[in-house]
Amino acid sequence: MPSLPAIMRTTAARLTALYLVLFAACAVALVVYMTSLSSRMLVAQTRGTISEEVAGLAGAYRRGGLPHLVRVVEQRARQPGANLYLIADPNGRILTGNVESLEPGVIDTVGWTERPFVYRRYGERSNLLAGEGSGRSDGTPRHSALAMVFKLPNQMLVLVGRDLVEPKRFNDIVQRSMVVALAMMGFGAFLIWFFVGRRALKRIDNLSEASRRIMGGDLNGRLPVSGSGDEFDRLSENLNTMLGRIARLNEGLKQVSDNIAHDLKTPLTRLRNRAESVLGGKRSSREYREALEATIAESDQLIRTFNAILMISRLEAGKSTEATTDVNLAETVRDVVELYEPLAEDQGVTLSAVVDAEPTISGNRELIGQALSNIVDNAIKYSANAGEAPSVSVALQTEGAEVVLTVRDNGLGIPAADRERATERFVRLEESRSMPGAGLGLSLAKAVMTFHHGALILGDANPGLEVKMAFPRGGKPT
Amino acid sequence: MPLRGTLQHFAYSGAMKILVIEDDMEAAEYIRKAFDEAGHIADTAGDGETGFSMAEGGAYDVLVVDRMLPRRDGLSVISELRAGGDKTPVLILSALGEVDDRVTGLRAGGDDYLTKPYAFSELLARVEALNRRGASKEVETQYKVGDLELDRLAHTVRRAGRDILLQPREFRLLEYLMRHAGQVVTRTMLLENVWDYHFDPQTNVIDVHVSRLRAKIEKEFDTPVLHTVRGAGYMLKGG
Repeated sequence: MPSLPAIMRTTAARLTALYLVLFAACAVALVVYMTSLSSRMLVAQTRGTISEEVAGLAGAYRRGGLPHLVRVVEQRARQPGANLYLIADPNGRILTGNVESLEPGVIDTVGWTERPFVYRRYGERSNLLAGEGSGRSDGTPRHSALAMVFKLPNQMLVLVGRDLVEPKRFNDIVQRSMVVALAMMGFGAFLIWFFVGRRALKRIDNLSEASRRIMGGDLNGRLPVSGSGDEFDRLSENLNTMLGRIARLNEGLKQVSDNIAHDLKTPLTRLRNRAESVLGGKRSSREYREALEATIAESDQLIRTFNAILMISRLEAGKSTEATTDVNLAETVRDVVELYEPLAEDQGVTLSAVVDAEPTISGNRELIGQALSNIVDNAIKYSANAGEAPSVSVALQTEGAEVVLTVRDNGLGIPAADRERATERFVRLEESRSMPGAGLGLSLAKAVMTFHHGALILGDANPGLEVKMAFPRGGKPT
Repeated sequence: MPLRGTLQHFAYSGAMKILVIEDDMEAAEYIRKAFDEAGHIADTAGDGETGFSMAEGGAYDVLVVDRMLPRRDGLSVISELRAGGDKTPVLILSALGEVDDRVTGLRAGGDDYLTKPYAFSELLARVEALNRRGASKEVETQYKVGDLELDRLAHTVRRAGRDILLQPREFRLLEYLMRHAGQVVTRTMLLENVWDYHFDPQTNVIDVHVSRLRAKIEKEFDTPVLHTVRGAGYMLKGG
């Protein structure tokens, strides 16, 4: 569980806190404004009602004098939920009405009472709800009210008032709901923080933990993906793709160094042994010369191998600075076939080309030429001593969205199980161990195809090997 | 009988003054010695600044410039020499070697490009080819080596007055060899200049083309003109 400062540092927690404060302030302001507005309205309404009552009572007095007034007051006072009525003598003693007692001094001032006062009604002591009155410490429920006092011509005092229980209850409800609302907001903020903040924090912690493990050397480790497809998942997926690519490059690098160690050691050892054996005894200058020439030839082969490895690595690293232009593949096919035709003929192999289209793709002419040369070279090599009428054919066709260059030979071919492996660096299948070459031809061709966003596909030519170089039409190399 | 012997036997007749700008002192010393043995005079410079001031006078026939040099990189040395009107042929040596590098190198004013590691025979052949080009910039319309004649405009090849029929590619091959008659021409140079591909031929494709050409221009004639230089390449030389 992260510490509080750590939680507060997260964006989610900060945002949640900020929203909570803002919304709470707004809610409080709104409630305060509404209650003050409504209580003022209620007071005005109350006063209006009272004024009407007073006018009514004054009319009754004018019509029938005090007895009529008293009758009217008593009648009205008996109605349930009635206003307050009170008639008192000039000394303030209560004569009639539905008020049992009043705050002292209220009756003495003629006109509107300046503020709500406390009073007690007749006969309500028992059935009043505990919370409804203003519940004083003596336990007797009392009400507060607003009233108008006026003096009759005979100095008697009449009070007409209205209980303030309704506005007060209203205020209470508003206040209570405000407390509830604030509590809910707080709770909501906590929930939001918990589900958004804590979750985000936890997932980021998971990501950091996973990246630490990967940095620590676990290159096969991957960032967790929850499967919800949210932004964290997208980030993780992208990072995982990146990690996969890094791992593949790393794997390639490792494989190359292993292969270099293995395959270059052999010629180097041979080189060294030859030099040593020539130095070992008395030799003629002719023997020295032959040894040196063989040494140079061997070194040249080594340099060639190195260059091929470097080139493959560069192409496989993806982003390459190789220049790309429009390449006329038909021309490349004719060039390569023309280049290899005499060699093929010398080896008794028929080399033919079928060019059905003149497609132009965006790519690197040198690289494609080199890749095709390697494939044709291989095809001639492997068909030369196999069967009768050895032949190699090169075909160029457009197939849908692809431009396909196919090289077929009628040699031994490669068993289906070995085809995948055949394009790996330095892999020389058992049958070909006797042939010259470093085993880089097909892997270079494959790297060139990858560079062109194409594919190198090995297949069966029945008999023999079929190598397809499939270029996307109009595809741009990286 | 094909000529056989050490490289110096085939050295281009005129001795050249070569400046090698290379920061690897051991490599530079080896190149210097090898050029000496081939009959040329070579000086070395260990960094770009020194190399530039030595080359500035125009005292050299060919410059061999490494791309990555201390104090000043090779390409900037070449561009400044070119900006100053110096037309001395330059061969760029590079540990890089992608096609694009070649393009930038040549664009900066280099005349040829060689990727490390390389065989000295390759370097020597290319440097000698460059010097010859410096001497006569214009491509001639007719070449004559011994009794072998080639006319670029009429597209004819004759030897001792007899017409020889060549395929278009064989014609271009012979033309290149004749333009560099007396010099060693390597297989990669042939692939570059005759086929316009800059990769190292894995097998002996070029040899087969050359021997076909040789059969056409030497069969029925007494003296060989197209010689194989072991460990290096070919040379066309009149009897």
